[in-house]
Amino acid sequence: MSGSADGLGDFGLWVYLSRTPLLWLTVTLLAYVAADRISAALGRHPLANTVLIAVALAAGMLAATATPYRTYFEGAQFVHFLIGPATVALALPLYRNRRTVWRAILPMGAALLVGALAAMVSALLIGRAFGIPGTVLAALAPKSVTAGVAMGIAEGLGGDPALAAVLVLITGAIGAVTVTPLMNALGLRDMRARGFAAGLAAHGLGTARAFHVNHVAGTFAGIALALNALVTAILAPIVLRALL
Amino acid sequence: MIQGAALILLCQLAGEAVAHGTGLPLPGPVLGMILLLLLLLLNDALPRPADTGFLAPAADGLLTNLSLLFVPAGVGVVGRLDVIQAYGLGLAVALVASTLIGLVATALTFAAVARLLRQEAEA
Repeated sequence: MSGSADGLGDFGLWVYLSRTPLLWLTVTLLAYVAADRISAALGRHPLANTVLIAVALAAGMLAATATPYRTYFEGAQFVHFLIGPATVALALPLYRNRRTVWRAILPMGAALLVGALAAMVSALLIGRAFGIPGTVLAALAPKSVTAGVAMGIAEGLGGDPALAAVLVLITGAIGAVTVTPLMNALGLRDMRARGFAAGLAAHGLGTARAFHVNHVAGTFAGIALALNALVTAILAPIVLRALL
Repeated sequence: MIQGAALILLCQLAGEAVAHGTGLPLPGPVLGMILLLLLLLLNDALPRPADTGFLAPAADGLLTNLSLLFVPAGVGVVGRLDVIQAYGLGLAVALVASTLIGLVATALTFAAVARLLRQEAEA
């Protein structure tokens, strides 16, 4: 703390900058650029996930400077806001690959129903076996769905929307990190199936990962993300009532 | 770039309006995506389709940097890890196992039905 009595000097500058959106927006982009370099240097290993590294770097900055998340988000919201437009933009790869997509309509429909139920039922049964109470299970049920929808579903089931968002992001990180090695271990080479699974089980983070791997995989991940939001919104109340 | 961004935002705005107006369980951006896809397909059906190339810079720009957009929310999770700790082990097992089960069930079902229909895999 080297600030002079009138609040100017080094510390005064920090106080000023840390309150403007500019600082934390810049930190978010720099953390991502650094994370991307680190991920590339590690040969894009699935564990060296760019989002996870960037989150760790930015969270480290927040902790080191004792900055509250609310202050950070005033800058970072400009990036966060773009999730909505990016979801709309998924229409373009869908359109470009419309013939491939249309040919796969039956495999997609079957995989959608089986996958959505498998992800939700297994999470709820394991949670119940560990004695997790019903209100927390309500936040757990929509964990494979994109965050905005999951929060709405959880709230409708009597769960905490904020907890749902946290569980959604952790699910996305697990899916993004495991999908490539898992699919390789299964010997599955169909990029449509691999991408569809990533988008269904791990929403936007799985979709981002799929686009890194292959354009067809990314397209099918985007479709799965959108369809699973619809299917889980319909199935979650039914499944939760049946299991509790 | 701006033209494409404007069309994307317009679709999202229409999607939000429909979602809030009708109480559908679908979020505005997902409805916006469906709307944009319908517009592109309808345009193709016109006798003289408009050039939609202006959409690519904005849409591809967003999608190639999709990972970045999740960083702010991810930083929020780090601050809430205490919420998770109460049911830590159960939640950890449930999340990891169900995500793996969801991935495997989805991919294998897709591949099995594709094989039944004698479709060729896209590598």
